[in-house]
Amino acid sequence: MDILGFLLHGFAVALEPQNLFLALIGCAVGTLIGALPGLGPVNGVALLIPLAFNFGLSPTAALILLVSVYYGTMYGGRISSIVLNIPGDEPAMMTTLDGYPMALKGRGGEALGLSAVASFVGATVATIGLTLFAPLLVGFAIRFGPAEYFALFMLAFATIGGVTSGSFTKSLLAACLGLLLGTVGLDPASGVSRYTFGWYELYDGIDFIAALVGLFAISECLLFLEDRHQTTGASRELGSAIPGMRRAGACKATIARGSLIGFIAGVLPGAGASLGSFLSYTLEKRWLGRQGDFGNGDPRGVAAPEAGNNAAAGGALIPMLSLGIPGSGTTAILLALLLSMNITPGPLLFDQQPDMVWGLVAALFIGNVMLLVLNVPLVGLFARVLRAPSWLLMPVVILVAFVGVYSLNNSPFDLYVMLAFGVLGYGLRKLHMPAVPVVLGLLLGGEMEFNLRRALAISGGDWSILVGSGISVGIYAFAATLMVAGLVYAWWVRRTPDAG
Amino acid sequence: MAISPRSLHTVAAAALLGLGLSVSTPSQALPISECIAPADPGGGWDFTCRSVGKLLYDLDLVDNPVKVVNMPGGVGAVAFSNVAGKRADDSDLIVATSTVGITQIAQGRYPGGVDTMRWLGMLGTDVGVVLVDDDSPYQSLDGLLEAMVDDPSSVVMAGSSGVGGWDHIRALMLAEAAGLPDDQIGSVRWVQFDGGGPAVTQMMGGHVDAVSTDLGEIAGFIKSGDVRVLAVLADKPLAPPFEDLPTAVSQGYDVTGYNWRGFYTGGDVSDADYQSMVDTLKTLYDSPEWKQVAERNGLVPLWRGGDEFNTFVRDTADKVESISREIGVIQ
Repeated sequence: MDILGFLLHGFAVALEPQNLFLALIGCAVGTLIGALPGLGPVNGVALLIPLAFNFGLSPTAALILLVSVYYGTMYGGRISSIVLNIPGDEPAMMTTLDGYPMALKGRGGEALGLSAVASFVGATVATIGLTLFAPLLVGFAIRFGPAEYFALFMLAFATIGGVTSGSFTKSLLAACLGLLLGTVGLDPASGVSRYTFGWYELYDGIDFIAALVGLFAISECLLFLEDRHQTTGASRELGSAIPGMRRAGACKATIARGSLIGFIAGVLPGAGASLGSFLSYTLEKRWLGRQGDFGNGDPRGVAAPEAGNNAAAGGALIPMLSLGIPGSGTTAILLALLLSMNITPGPLLFDQQPDMVWGLVAALFIGNVMLLVLNVPLVGLFARVLRAPSWLLMPVVILVAFVGVYSLNNSPFDLYVMLAFGVLGYGLRKLHMPAVPVVLGLLLGGEMEFNLRRALAISGGDWSILVGSGISVGIYAFAATLMVAGLVYAWWVRRTPDAG
Repeated sequence: MAISPRSLHTVAAAALLGLGLSVSTPSQALPISECIAPADPGGGWDFTCRSVGKLLYDLDLVDNPVKVVNMPGGVGAVAFSNVAGKRADDSDLIVATSTVGITQIAQGRYPGGVDTMRWLGMLGTDVGVVLVDDDSPYQSLDGLLEAMVDDPSSVVMAGSSGVGGWDHIRALMLAEAAGLPDDQIGSVRWVQFDGGGPAVTQMMGGHVDAVSTDLGEIAGFIKSGDVRVLAVLADKPLAPPFEDLPTAVSQGYDVTGYNWRGFYTGGDVSDADYQSMVDTLKTLYDSPEWKQVAERNGLVPLWRGGDEFNTFVRDTADKVESISREIGVIQ
């Protein structure tokens, strides 16, 4: 059978009433979980695994349910990013940068509509890519060793100046602060504890979600307390999502680029959806240069990361299914589910379990359409959240933040981490330092260090391994080009003051 | 078959229950109502708790479903410290652990030693395996180990544990058996990946030379023929479909490396309660249902319980400690 034949067979599996119903449930639950700050795809999928076992679902049905939740959280994460300036999950972080300014200008509905379409396209591109290229991409991903991954992380940090509209120096400082915080925990190579001060809770490093919620949600509440006499955002209009969906046509080039970049980031194990949305956003910003108004509510600043993170979510399924390598926390849990159902993902999975693999692919296509349709009524629902006055909204945010973060590990320690990062975020805002690079440093720093250490362990301490392959040299060249282009651009803007 | 141990136990349980109802003594209730998995959902310890917890209830060995609590942190240290500090005498509690936990204890990374806890038993084990890519120049375990002894830094090995972790220690035990001197054992290059699968993929990409990890993690690659297994670290050949894989013992290296799954409980649990928990786990182990669950998940059913298990844990910890000193992981 060729790919089309396999896919048609897959649709026959996915369109069975039970599987269709599970996909619908998964999409709705996933959107809700994704929208709740603190609850991300990892928690969402983990929460539903016991359910899948209790209902005695077949592996195919269980996987369809959980992957629908996964895709749903990717759609849902953007809602709180846009409406509350709190990312619902990690990959939705970039969406706050332009989504929230759009909401402040009364264009929240448009942003939600536009991002729904961008998410749909990104996820569809990834699913098509999964269908066509899975075997091919497996061969490519194998060529990425630790040195190549390290180059990829270097690329991410080379573009960090593009994340925020503020000063480059402050972004860099914030990124270094993040990298510094990322060294807390057990040393990856020797297992010696670093900066843990005897707290076993810190052995695995600072919990990323707790830090994120603290930096964004708690500091927001602290700021609100400070200027509570102001009534900003009390009666903001959201508007309808439909015009946003129509406007997606104007951003089609952005969405296409974001989808492609996100997909590639997703396929590389260890990179994942967060890097996908991050690279989509910064590269789009560089690409458009002065034509864009990024950071101030440019619709393309919403379209690019949303296309990127949904494409990356789909792309991440490729190494999980075909190599048995989880590309992210969520795919790690999906992998665990498959193993516990006696299915070993790996090079042979596509041959041994065609029903499951192609049924899953077809279910992804169907779930995607469901999510797009589901999102129209959900925008109306979230409009009401926006109309709630801040004095009502903020306590709810705090409540959700505490419950969400506590539920991560059932540990009060995470709450202290969250509060500490809330105070840190408040301080950063007072100093006009961007918080996003801190989070990126914290998020990517660990893996970046880990891959550097692995590369040096392989070479026996010889640094030349870092530029030992065409792939890594190419990535460094790309990063250098981006940095030089950025500097030239900044110089050019200064030289022609009328341009800015 | 006459009366199976299982139905006997059910009768005993019913009798006990009746007794409990009439005289109402809570300490007479069947033990084990909670299992702590010292990791996030989805990992090996989580699986150990969930599968054993479910089976305990399904087999009527406990009155109520066993509550599984995830308490991640410090590779099990958070749960260890919690039990040692707050629940040392809680006879309803079991905590999942494995060779990984013992390695952490031996290297002083838990707040306490082996004697802090009472070791209940192991129910099954994964088996260590050393493998290379199918087009690797190393055709046999002899070839790989000879190269290592000649020039320890010429071979790059990888696995799912860090330096001084169980995958690393098992590989070094082989090198030691092949005659690599103690003072050179630290120069074998070791790279840690996030699991056996990623390590094998990196090996297929030509980034590392050989992998030492658990068979269960990489079984798919063996079936697909992408890798060549040089040795399994079991004392006798495995059950099908892995019966053809050569053991290290059969090639003249007296090294076994099991990664068992088992449980401990608090150090202040009374002898009577301890014995009753061990007996309950033994009954579970003897059931055909456990054998099925274990085999479905790539584990070899293997029982060591009570005092025997206590001694075994202590021996493992001593062995790990001495190798860890040789490679400088602990001073």
